[in-house]
Amino acid sequence: MRRLLYLMPVLILGVLALFFAKGLTLDPHNIPPELLNQPVPELNLPPLPGRGENSGLSTADLKGRVSVVNVYGSWCVSCVEEHPTLLEVKRQGGIPVYGIDWRDDPMLGAAWLKKHGDPYDRVGSDPAPGRAAVALGITGAPETLLIDKNGIIRFKYYAGPITPEVWQDILLPKIQELQKE
Amino acid sequence: MIAEIGHFALILALAVALLQATIPLIGAQRGNAAWMSFSGPASAAQFLCVAIAFLALTHAYVTSDFSVLNVAENSHTDKPMLYKVAGVWGNHEGSLLLWTTILTLFGLAVTIFGRNLPPGLRARALSVQAMISVGFLLFILLTSNPFARLDPAPLNGNGLNPLLQDPGLAFHPPCLYLGYVGFSMAFSFAVAALIEGRVDAAWARWVRPWTLAAWIFLTAGIAAGSWWAYYTLGWGGWWYWDPTENASFMPWLAGTALLHSAVVVEKRDALKSWTVLLAIITFGFSLLGTFLVRSGVLTSVHAFATDPARGAFILALLLVMVGGSLTLYAIRAPSLKVGGLFAPISREGGLLLNNVLMATGAGTVLLGTLYPLIADALGMGKVSVGPPFFNAVFLPLMAPMVVAMGLAPLLSWKRGDIAAVLMRLKVAIGLTVAGAAVAWFAQGGSAGPWWSAGGIGLGLWLLTATVTELAERVQLFKVPVAESARRAGLLPRSAWGMTLAHSGLAIAIIGMTGSAAWKSESVQNQRIGETVTVAGYGFTLKSVDPVAGPNYSADRATFEVTKDGAPFTVMTPERRMFRQPPRPATDAAIRGTLIGDVYAVVGEPSGRISWVTRLYFNPLVPWMWVGAAMMTLGGLVSLTDRRHRIGAPARARAAAAKA
Repeated sequence: MRRLLYLMPVLILGVLALFFAKGLTLDPHNIPPELLNQPVPELNLPPLPGRGENSGLSTADLKGRVSVVNVYGSWCVSCVEEHPTLLEVKRQGGIPVYGIDWRDDPMLGAAWLKKHGDPYDRVGSDPAPGRAAVALGITGAPETLLIDKNGIIRFKYYAGPITPEVWQDILLPKIQELQKE
Repeated sequence: MIAEIGHFALILALAVALLQATIPLIGAQRGNAAWMSFSGPASAAQFLCVAIAFLALTHAYVTSDFSVLNVAENSHTDKPMLYKVAGVWGNHEGSLLLWTTILTLFGLAVTIFGRNLPPGLRARALSVQAMISVGFLLFILLTSNPFARLDPAPLNGNGLNPLLQDPGLAFHPPCLYLGYVGFSMAFSFAVAALIEGRVDAAWARWVRPWTLAAWIFLTAGIAAGSWWAYYTLGWGGWWYWDPTENASFMPWLAGTALLHSAVVVEKRDALKSWTVLLAIITFGFSLLGTFLVRSGVLTSVHAFATDPARGAFILALLLVMVGGSLTLYAIRAPSLKVGGLFAPISREGGLLLNNVLMATGAGTVLLGTLYPLIADALGMGKVSVGPPFFNAVFLPLMAPMVVAMGLAPLLSWKRGDIAAVLMRLKVAIGLTVAGAAVAWFAQGGSAGPWWSAGGIGLGLWLLTATVTELAERVQLFKVPVAESARRAGLLPRSAWGMTLAHSGLAIAIIGMTGSAAWKSESVQNQRIGETVTVAGYGFTLKSVDPVAGPNYSADRATFEVTKDGAPFTVMTPERRMFRQPPRPATDAAIRGTLIGDVYAVVGEPSGRISWVTRLYFNPLVPWMWVGAAMMTLGGLVSLTDRRHRIGAPARARAAAAKA
């Protein structure tokens, strides 16, 4: 029995090693390929408190026009970084931007938008554990999805906050491509 | 040519390391003194070879030899000299070479400073040290050769990631590596002791200073990294529970536990098998950190070059080294002689409790760091574990630890009296409660977060309890002040080291609590001439001018800052755009005061007349840096304790004579 206790550390290491070996074959950033080019899964997110109408986010909202879905949370530091870019996108108009307040207390998510400005046409709340966003293929915040007019997920940007350069060089060309379809 | 010499030196080092890994070990098993003493010249030769390779790579960087692939990918002629040199370890291949150089330097140090060690222990430890070298040299030569050539050579290089072009970061990796690799000493000696089947006070006396030295570097490295994140990432945060940060924090937690349990082995001859296990785990965490950062199995804001083939190699290394030594532990540890016994309430008990809490803390950080990987591997989908997890799980573990940290130094060895200790701490308890209450009312009661008073209270408790302990040692106010001063002069350096390090942590806790609880920030589009007020500081944006740096151009904003209406200072944050590679970087302007940092960042222009600005008041942040500096200083003071220099060899000689 005492011997078994001394064996524990090496056994734990063995289990961890199995996970590491498996982990090496996975790309932590990738949207699961089965989600890309698939319709948005069933989504029915409640509104944020005090944001009035045009709030909440459902599958039906993501159909009809090419749209941007941006994931944020009041706990997310890099979201502050990309926020001015989203505000500028909103100011210029031309494409609906939807927000998901992910793994967050809806009160905090609403207060955060009050404080930093609200770039979203609609916002849905997805409090912890945040299953809805995970079902969309979200692995962290900030991340941004492009959805085409048929409600199909076509692109994910995950390499960090959106700067004006990222918007100009990566997202906008994709959006224009999708809008031409 | 010089690059080829470097490459050849590495191959030679591998050959020497292979010999050093086997011959002294066989010699020690057979009692052959000549074979054992081979470890000395071998460790010197190994260091020499690796140092030549390191200098060869440095030469390629300094002279911008772009026919070397590694230099072409990571350097540029326009780069200031400091970053050409720092560029040597600012990439995967070079950082591994630095790792190995430091490893062999420690091996050489054993040979130079360990003449009085029992020859068997020294020979075995150096063999184990050489086995680690073999692993890393193979890794470099097979998967990450820094000397690969590029033909034709480009006219100029790609440049270094601008985020890394910063004086704070230039010296951050060497510091961290000295810490990581320093723990290899404790590891090698633990494995050697397991092979010998004997752990005694002489062993602990030898392991302690090396662990302490590694801990000092790791503490300084983590603090420097945190400081770097604070002023270059430009978000006013200083810790993100990012995998790369966790990778350095886990060995720190385990190493801190090791440092304290080695004291128990040295003074009380107890906790031996636990200490050996901690030594293995601490170095295991260092290797794991290397694996996590270098393999790309986890995502991180730090985004270094990552490659799964290399990940597989490091994983194999980790398995062989840590798996092998843990197996050895499972076989040998049960037969280690059990030493001194102690009651649960005693200084040993307190140290053990904190050890367990520290190790559990390291375990939770490990779990949180690996959870996304585990979930992904089990097909549970992609998840991420953010700061909320760590704050909810890790911090509650640390609170009782800090409480016990105040008590344990006042308990006596073997059997302590908790009631008597609490009586002696009544002033400290009173001050803690009063301080926490003041903090609570100052933030307007429940207007601020509920935990802030707790954090401030914990910091004050640790500070006052530590000072009480010191005051009791010198009999402050019980004997004349001159007598107290004389007693203070006679205290061993290690006692001063503990007092400094523990008070440093206390001050850092107060700083962390303040900055997390009472930060004020404001993010906006600010026009020229417009004034934004944050926490009583008025920031007027006077102008934004283009300026040119050596390898970047920048927009420099000038803020006139007033405090409660009176002129306070002028701040000039910059938004830099580096030319090669073309990437933006922020340079925050920070003006420290006793109660907090005034912090300004300028971002992208919006239109022609206004800029995105982020303005912060970060309360008590300077306290964290002061606290971290005190912890490092405490380690240094303790390291100069004469017992570490004189006592260890004397004891070792005595032990050798007995053997």
